[in-house]
Amino acid sequence: MYKLISPLMQLVDWPMRAFQSRFGQRRLAWVFLAPNLALFGLFVFLPVILNFAYAMTGSEHILLRDRPFVGAQNFAQLTNCKDYLNPNSCQLDVFWRAVHNTVWFIVLQIGFMVGFSLLTALILNRKIRARGFFRAVFFFPVLLSPVVVALVWKWILQDQGALNGVLSSLGYQPYNWLLDPSWAFGFSVFLTVWFHMGFYTLILLAGLQAIPRDVYEAAAMDAASPWRVFRKITLPLLMPTMIVVLVLALIKGVQTFDELYAFTGGGPGSATTLMIQYIYETGFAGAPRLFGLAAAASILLALVLVALTAVQLWVTRRNANG
Amino acid sequence: MTKLRTAFAAAATAALLAPAAQAFDLHFMCYQDGNQCDVLTQLVKGFEAKHPDINVKVDTVPYKAILETLPVELAAGTGPDLAKVTDLGGLHKYYLDLSPYVDKAYWDKAFGKTLDWYRGGPNDHGIYGMHAQLTITGAFINKTLFDQAKVPVPGKDATWADWAKAARKVAKATGTKYPMAMDRSGHRFAGLAIPYGAKYFDAKGNPEFSDPGFAAAAKQFVAWNKDGTMDRQVWAGQGGASYADATKEFMSGDLVFYYSGSWQVQKFDKQIGDAFDWEVVPAPCGPAGAGSCSGMPGGAGFVGFKQTKHPKAVAELLDYLAQPANYEVLEAKSLSIPANTVVAAKGVKYEGADAAASKALNAFAAQVPTISPVGFAYQGYAGNRAMFNITVTRLTQAIVGELSLKEALARMGDDLKQAVAASK
Repeated sequence: MYKLISPLMQLVDWPMRAFQSRFGQRRLAWVFLAPNLALFGLFVFLPVILNFAYAMTGSEHILLRDRPFVGAQNFAQLTNCKDYLNPNSCQLDVFWRAVHNTVWFIVLQIGFMVGFSLLTALILNRKIRARGFFRAVFFFPVLLSPVVVALVWKWILQDQGALNGVLSSLGYQPYNWLLDPSWAFGFSVFLTVWFHMGFYTLILLAGLQAIPRDVYEAAAMDAASPWRVFRKITLPLLMPTMIVVLVLALIKGVQTFDELYAFTGGGPGSATTLMIQYIYETGFAGAPRLFGLAAAASILLALVLVALTAVQLWVTRRNANG
Repeated sequence: MTKLRTAFAAAATAALLAPAAQAFDLHFMCYQDGNQCDVLTQLVKGFEAKHPDINVKVDTVPYKAILETLPVELAAGTGPDLAKVTDLGGLHKYYLDLSPYVDKAYWDKAFGKTLDWYRGGPNDHGIYGMHAQLTITGAFINKTLFDQAKVPVPGKDATWADWAKAARKVAKATGTKYPMAMDRSGHRFAGLAIPYGAKYFDAKGNPEFSDPGFAAAAKQFVAWNKDGTMDRQVWAGQGGASYADATKEFMSGDLVFYYSGSWQVQKFDKQIGDAFDWEVVPAPCGPAGAGSCSGMPGGAGFVGFKQTKHPKAVAELLDYLAQPANYEVLEAKSLSIPANTVVAAKGVKYEGADAAASKALNAFAAQVPTISPVGFAYQGYAGNRAMFNITVTRLTQAIVGELSLKEALARMGDDLKQAVAASK
């Protein structure tokens, strides 16, 4: 094998040496990075640049050359509000409903997600019966397709669904859960928590198992109460993992689309419409196809994600520096 | 001798290679509502037999692909040669003008009324599409429930209000879950709005939602959704402008009166079977009564695209399908109402349809002459798809209480201005 590769390596050796002696060692790194950069540029940077270009243009034409330049008009429309807390006062009320829904969705989803994941990880970290089985059970939903999860819960919760069947058999009045904006939103949060918590539980479980046992043994010798052990040992030592979970859940929450689109379609009305669905529907789902507005909305969303990532980096660095 | 042999060999080789070099495929994107793509696949075999150098590939796709993927493909220049479309005016800029290749007099005679739906405006006299399936919105009733409730079926000039009253009575008497339902579609809503006096266009021909007729219909529709007359989950159960229907509820006997359209006949015929009696009723009228009764026309058409490399072949294929003998087969086997007046005048003998389906199709066909000119104009407007979507989104918001009706109507006007500006 060496005999085969060696002549080949020698073949590329002299141009590399020539390049290095001409341009220097530091610039040679760009040669090695070039193929990856080309792909990254083509599939990541170029679409981002195109997205900015679309955000500055109007009309329904798909090709940039046919689209008139409108400057910041799309951004102005999106941010034209008398009162940002009241979507009805905004020029594009559905966009602001989507923003409000996304904020509430993230706050509730992350709260419940991290809370339940931590609780489940703590339980599954104990020596309980059939621990392996329960770990698999909690992780199983993560393996399912988002559309399957959405349809299963839709069948359970719809007017003539399983939940109403059980309620009727118990003598209660059936209720159309998905037609009530509050219930539909609540169940949307529940569905996503149920669907994703296995993943975060797994990360937290790994974090819990990385905590040295001797710390707990020392606490046991000092007769520390379980609550005190949790507060003073488990939680502080789990914090780096918790931050990872928090940030991952946050970014995943902002990007939520497919499961809710299949579950409620964003309804009733726009009660469960999140940002990604708004962008999709504005740009692609049907006439009028407002690509420029959708591109501008996606840039605003990207700015939020960049801000969240910056916060993550800051918190992680601060944590690492003690 | 050698020269002769060489010449003969060259000629033979050219003769053998020539058909192979000229053979090509035509891609026909088709969505299946019922069995029309299957019937089309059968029909094009006759065309291929006459044109051995042409292979027609019927690509059956979901309806969503026609609405969402096809326009993007066409804009990018990677679309098929032909397609079955429903956004008739909206895709006009991509259509191939068939007039240089076909007998224009025949097409004008056969498809006169519907040719306008594919055109770019009143000054455009091109021929762009063959209307393959004339549809008309209309109401189905569960006749068995009416009989059980001993409620008389309202007559020919019954208004929407009469139907609502009767449907509520039937639902109450029989314990049926939903008195009425309407597909979640701006096109279907126009079937209610036009009898209420909606004009959809101002005196100058500009689109609008601000006429009193439209507002009255919207008010009534929202009220019916709130008081339980309409199955609320059809409209309120969705977000955005996505389509939803109540076919399941109707087929399971949970619905008394269902406002949908002629394209449902085949499905109901097959799936309801003997479970209950159903029928199509005359177009409901507006508050003005007789004379204000109209459905909304529509349907799907076969079009060729000017980006095709084989415009002549595309036109020949469409012309072949438009000929009375072939068109009749298409309609008879797919249980569709003919838009070809030559075929319609002769009458279509539907294949495989039982008495209920034939009666229903004839009932729909009988409603064609009563369609309001507003309906034809709205169907022919290139921006109607945007207007349909705006109607659905905003009326749903009024139904679920996100907006008052007044706010919803004002927002519809704003959305329409934005859509019109974007289309320029």
